[in-house]
Amino acid sequence: MTIDELIENFSFLDTWEDKYRYLIELGEKMPPLPESYKTAPWQVKGCQSQVWLVPSKEEDRLHFLGDSDAAIVKGLISIVLLIYDNKSPSEIKAVAVDDIFAKIGLKEHLSPSRRNGLEAMVAKIRQYADIL
Amino acid sequence: MYDVNKIREDFPIFALSINGKPNTFLDSAASAQKPKIVIDKMNDMYLHEYANVHRGSYLLSEEITSAFEQARATVQKFVNASSSSEIVFTRSATESINLVAASWGHKFLKASDEVLISEAEHHANLVPWQVLRDEIGFKLNICRVNDDGSFDMEDFRKKLSSKTKLVAITGMSNVLGTIFPLKEIINLAHAKGAKVLVDACQLAVHQKIDVKDLDCDFLAFSGHKTYGPTGIGVLYGKYELLDSMPPYQCGGDMVDTVTYEHTTFDIPPARFEAGTPAIVEAIGLAEALKYLMSLGQDNITTHENELTAYAIKQFSQIKGLHQIGTAQGKGGVFSFVVDGIHPQDLAFILDKEGVAVRVGHHCAAPLVKRMGYSSVARASLGLYNTKEDIDILVKAINKAKTFF
Ligand SMILES: Cc1ncc(COP(=O)(O)O)c(C=O)c1O
Repeated sequence: MTIDELIENFSFLDTWEDKYRYLIELGEKMPPLPESYKTAPWQVKGCQSQVWLVPSKEEDRLHFLGDSDAAIVKGLISIVLLIYDNKSPSEIKAVAVDDIFAKIGLKEHLSPSRRNGLEAMVAKIRQYADIL
Repeated sequence: MYDVNKIREDFPIFALSINGKPNTFLDSAASAQKPKIVIDKMNDMYLHEYANVHRGSYLLSEEITSAFEQARATVQKFVNASSSSEIVFTRSATESINLVAASWGHKFLKASDEVLISEAEHHANLVPWQVLRDEIGFKLNICRVNDDGSFDMEDFRKKLSSKTKLVAITGMSNVLGTIFPLKEIINLAHAKGAKVLVDACQLAVHQKIDVKDLDCDFLAFSGHKTYGPTGIGVLYGKYELLDSMPPYQCGGDMVDTVTYEHTTFDIPPARFEAGTPAIVEAIGLAEALKYLMSLGQDNITTHENELTAYAIKQFSQIKGLHQIGTAQGKGGVFSFVVDGIHPQDLAFILDKEGVAVRVGHHCAAPLVKRMGYSSVARASLGLYNTKEDIDILVKAINKAKTFF
């Protein structure tokens, strides 16, 4: 699925109930993170649920695996990964993630005060883009 | 008659809807909403009566100094202290406890001593003692709570000894809702020669505090939880104790005489109030405490006890919901988890239904872990909550269950 397809899918959902149900479904479809990665080095701090992010690099592209013990957070992570996976560091830096979340209608979840880990996760991805 | 619907009208925030739903505020244990008279009083001070305190060579300063000192007297009345000199204004309960640790702790604790706290302490009444322990080398003992969240008196007696110099203990757990048997704890501690600091952050919101009757040595609470403003807290201390303690911070307003060579310090409470205090906040706090006293704290307690019993009953009917902290006589703080739903996910859905609860470890991470969890949801009551609030919460939890 592309981001544009995702935005379109969300545009068919009128209520927050349907959006959240779809988010949960997206999370369930995400490839599972091997248990061995669910350890401190991969944990994203500052969240009210546990969130993990594991980067890797192939040629000049970054790949990410992620997971959370909370279902809605996991769905949000799947969107973040869809946005950032398989991009070069400079492409990662250029992404306007706020705009994408606004188009999806989930902008409130990117707010730093929400502490659901999404904001911290995006910051971490951008940090990896700098150092990897 | 305690007319809660009428009382709700005193709180402007409840006129607002949240996500298009009624504002079901169940996070008063984190911070309470403010009655309009507190907001008006503070506005009025800034609009008409503002100046610095204790600098009074002109009318405005004299008036506000008098209002500030009257606020102290109101706090004295609220906790039933012997004298307003036993009331120190701080920034928060956190600062009150840190003040005792830094001032009393540094002067009176030695490496061979012991400090006793409970498993149910907020980080604010745990971390200052850990840090001081690492510095001084005393032993920090931790007495247990039972699996239902009640206080384990037997374990307390076991860990209390003649080496114990301080018992620092919460009056009411901000996670479990348990109300600790303070009088018994304080009597036993005094019999061993230990001083007692009570963290009354939660207790002061729900019950009348009487420091004379309790005979505690120190007591701390925060203004923002007792329906007052942020940025103001209280430390009560027995006068002889306060008088035996060195300053906590140094600067203006807390000195007696100053030369380039030497300074002598003022008597309590001024000794502990260096610099310009939170003047308007102190006056706002007094207004909030007067509001509580005018409603009648016993009436508030009765109302909240009724709601607590109702909530416990309603929760017990939700399949898969586990209440954490079920001690007899507990107050209106309900931590819980629901099978198959992460507390964070639950909070997302409750929020959409206009219900404010908090999730996480509630600044008591070791306690939440000891109860067997890493994160729990918490609903907590204030004097303005209603049965309808509980019903809306229960309905929202049941709705959340359909998502997972
Ligand atoms: C039992 C208890 N102690 C201490 C505190 C700290 O209060 P404050 O953050 O206002 O200093 C709290 C606040 O959550 C509390 O519930």
